[in-house]
Amino acid sequence: MGKVPDKTGLADKLDPALPSPAVDDTVREAEERKWTPAKIGLWVAISLLGAVAWFMLALVRGETVNAIWFVFAAVCTYLIGYRFYSKVIERYLLKPDDRRATPAEYKADGKDYVRTDRNVLFGHHFAAIAGAGPLVGPVIAAQMGYLPGTIWIIIGVVLAGAVQDYLVMFFSMRRGGRSLGQMAREELGVIGGTAALVATLLIMIIIVAILALVVVNALGESPWGVFSVGMTIPIALFMGVYLRFIRPGKVMEVSIIGFVLLMAAIIGGGAVAGTEWGAAFFHLDKVTIAWGIIVYGFIAAILPVWLLLAPRDYLSTFMKIGVIVMLALAIIVVRPEITVPAFSEFASRENGPVFSGALFPFLFVTIACGALSGFHALISSGTTPKLIEKERQTRFIGYGGMLMESFVAIMALVAAISIDRGIYFAMNAPLALTGGTVESAAQWVNSLGLANVNITPDVLAQTAKDVGEESIISRSGGAPTLAVGLAHIMQQFIGGPGMMAFWYHFAIMFEALFILTAVDAGTRVARFMLQDSIGNFVPKFKEASWRPGAWLCTAIMVGAWGAVLLMGVTDPLGGINTLFPLFGIANQLLAAIALAVCLAITAKRGVFKWLWIVAVPLAFAAVVTITASFHKIFSPVPAVGYFANNQAFSKALADGKTEFGTAKTVAAMEAVVRNTMIQGVLSVIFVTLSIIVIVAALLATIKAIRAGGGQDHEDPAVPSRVYAPAGLIPTPAEKALLAEWNALPAEKRTQKAGHH
Amino acid sequence: MNAVAKGLRGFATYMGSLMGADAYKKYLEHFNAGGHAGPAMTEREFWRDRMDRQDSNPQGRCC
Repeated sequence: MGKVPDKTGLADKLDPALPSPAVDDTVREAEERKWTPAKIGLWVAISLLGAVAWFMLALVRGETVNAIWFVFAAVCTYLIGYRFYSKVIERYLLKPDDRRATPAEYKADGKDYVRTDRNVLFGHHFAAIAGAGPLVGPVIAAQMGYLPGTIWIIIGVVLAGAVQDYLVMFFSMRRGGRSLGQMAREELGVIGGTAALVATLLIMIIIVAILALVVVNALGESPWGVFSVGMTIPIALFMGVYLRFIRPGKVMEVSIIGFVLLMAAIIGGGAVAGTEWGAAFFHLDKVTIAWGIIVYGFIAAILPVWLLLAPRDYLSTFMKIGVIVMLALAIIVVRPEITVPAFSEFASRENGPVFSGALFPFLFVTIACGALSGFHALISSGTTPKLIEKERQTRFIGYGGMLMESFVAIMALVAAISIDRGIYFAMNAPLALTGGTVESAAQWVNSLGLANVNITPDVLAQTAKDVGEESIISRSGGAPTLAVGLAHIMQQFIGGPGMMAFWYHFAIMFEALFILTAVDAGTRVARFMLQDSIGNFVPKFKEASWRPGAWLCTAIMVGAWGAVLLMGVTDPLGGINTLFPLFGIANQLLAAIALAVCLAITAKRGVFKWLWIVAVPLAFAAVVTITASFHKIFSPVPAVGYFANNQAFSKALADGKTEFGTAKTVAAMEAVVRNTMIQGVLSVIFVTLSIIVIVAALLATIKAIRAGGGQDHEDPAVPSRVYAPAGLIPTPAEKALLAEWNALPAEKRTQKAGHH
Repeated sequence: MNAVAKGLRGFATYMGSLMGADAYKKYLEHFNAGGHAGPAMTEREFWRDRMDRQDSNPQGRCC
C-alpha cells in the first residue's frame, strides 16, 4: 500500500550520475510506520492535552474559561490533523512523487518559476492567504458565544479548509501552476468552466466591497484612524520611489524604514487628532471615506505596481508576520479570562443584532476565512505552485499554511471575546438599534436580557476615551472590536493602560493595511479576468498594455464594488448586518467550486475509494451555502430574507407610511427596497452559478467513475535533478539523502540537462 | 551572546527571503547555471523588469 505506482516510467529516466531525487519508497514507508516508545509517548501526550483543552472549553461550565485552553485545543488538534489526516490524503489520494520535477524546476526561468526553500515558501504562502478575513469573521460570529465558532474554526480547517488548499495547490502544481479558472474549464467543459469564471468574478467584487466596508466602518468619524491610515499612501509612494531609483532591490531596508514611518504615523495621528484643526480636518463621515476609497482604488489599480502596490505589499507582509507573532506571544503570556458563555442567548435565535440568521447555516458562512476560504483556491493555484521545490512539500505548505491561518482566526476570536459582552454588543449592533449615544446604547444592551451583562454609559464612554476615540458605539465590522480586544490584551503585555490608544490604532492600521492591499490586488486581478473574458469577443482587450481597455475594465470593476460599498455604507439596516452573510456565502461558494473541481480531478485520477476526502467537505460547503442562499432568498422572516424584507418595506411605502422598522424616513425606506432587491438578485445569481459548477463537476465525476478514470490534464512527467526534504524537520532518511546531494560538486548540482 | 546574534541574523535572512529580497541573487544563480548567451541583467534592470512584469501579471492577495 502507498507505494507510488511508476506509471510515468520516471525511475528509468533519472540521471544515474546524480543521487536519487527522492527518498526510496520502502525506506520512507518504514520510517513513517516505525513507532518508537518516545514517538508514541509524544502523540499520547499531545492527544491528552488536546482532549483536556476541549473538555475545558466545551464541557466545564464555570464562570470563566482561560484563553490558554483555546490555544491548546487548537494547536493539539492541528498537530493531530497534520500528522495523521493530511498524511492519509498524501498517501492515498495525491501520491506525490519526488522523482518528478516541479514546475519551478522544469520551467525554471529565475523570475516567476524559482525553486524556493520550503520554510520561506511556507511564510510566503501564509502571508498571501492570511489577511483581514480571519480577523473579522470570528469577531462577528462571537455573537453566538465562543464554542460554535471555535469548533468550526478548528475542526473545519482540518477536514475542509486545509484539504481544499492542499488539493488545489497540488493539482495546480501538476499543471504547471495553472489557475483555478483554467483548471475548471479543462475539467468541467465550457459550461461549467464559464460558470466558474463568472462566479469567481462576481464573488471577487462582493469580497472586495465588503472588505472595503470593514475599513470604512473602522475609520468613520475617527480622525486618528483616518490620518494614520491615510499616511500609508505617501509612505508607500516614498518606498516605491526609493526602491525604483535610489536603492533598487533593498527590500528589507526599505521595509524597516517604512515600518518606522508607519509607527510615527500612528503616534503622530494621536497628536494630530488632539489638535482642533486636525480633529476637524480628518473627521470624515462614512460616505466621504467610502468615496475616498473608491477613487483611491481606481488610481491604485492603474498606477504602475512598483509605485504603490508592491511597496505596500512589503509593508503589509512585514506587519502581518510581526503582528501575528506578537499576538500569539501576548495571549500566551497574558492568558486572559473569558467571561463570554459557550453558547450565547443568540445561538438559538435568528435575529441577532450583529448578524442575522440562525446558527445553521449562518455561523458557517460568517466564519469563512480561518475555517474554509474559497479565496485561497485562487492563491493556491497560480503563484505558490510555481515556487515549490519538491512535490512532497505541498503538504507542509498547502495544508500546514492553512492551519496557521486558522490559528490566527482562533487568536482573533480570543481577543474579541476577552472584552466585556456589553461593550461587544454596543460596538457591533447597527446604529438604528443602539441610538448612537452612550446612554441609549447602554439602555439598549441592558434591555437585551443577557446573562451577567449590566453596562453603564460611563464604561462605554471610558472605553472610547481609553482607545483615543470619540465614540465606540456601533463601530460594526469586526475590526474595531478586535482592536479594542487586542489593545486590552497588549497593554497588559507591553505599556500598561496608557498605551491602549496606541495599540488600538496599531490594530486598526494593520487591518486597514491588509484590506487595502487586498482591495488593490483584487481589483487588478478582477480587471485582468474581465479583460481576458471580453478579449474572447474583442481581441484587442487581451492586450494588457492597451491603456483604454485596461482603464475601462478597471473602471467597471471599481464601479461594481464601489456601488456595493456605498450601498452598505448608506444602508439603514446597518451594512455589515445585512451584507456580511453575503460575503461569507460568496467566499464559501467559491470554496464549493474549488472543491468541485478537485472532486472531478480526483475521480479522473481513478482513486475512487478515497473520493470521500473531497466529497465530504464539498457536500458540507454546498449544503451550508445553498441553504444559506435559500434562506436569504426565500425566508419569510424580513430580518433574514432579502425579498421578504423588500416586500415588507414596499408594502409600508405603498401604505403611505413615512417610517418603518429601523428606517426613519421615506428615502431610507426606498433605500432598503433598492438594497434588498440588489442583494437578493446577487444571491440568486451566485447560487445558480455555483449549482451549475457543482452539477458539472458531479457529472464529470460520475463519468470518470463509470469509465474507471478520465483524461489527465497534467503536464508530462519530467525526471527531477534536485532534492530537498518534505517538511519542517528532515527525517533521518531525508538527512542522509541530503548529505549525498551536498557532497556533490556544486557545478554538478545546479547543472540542468538539456535546458535552454 | 553569539547564539543570540546568530539567531537574529538567521531571522533577518529568513524575513528577507520571505519578502523576496534575495530575488536577484536567485536570478543570477539561475542565469549562471544555465549557460545563457549575453550578459545577465544588472540589479537595477532586474528589479525594474520584475516590477513591470507584475503590472501585467498581478498576484492575488487574500482577504
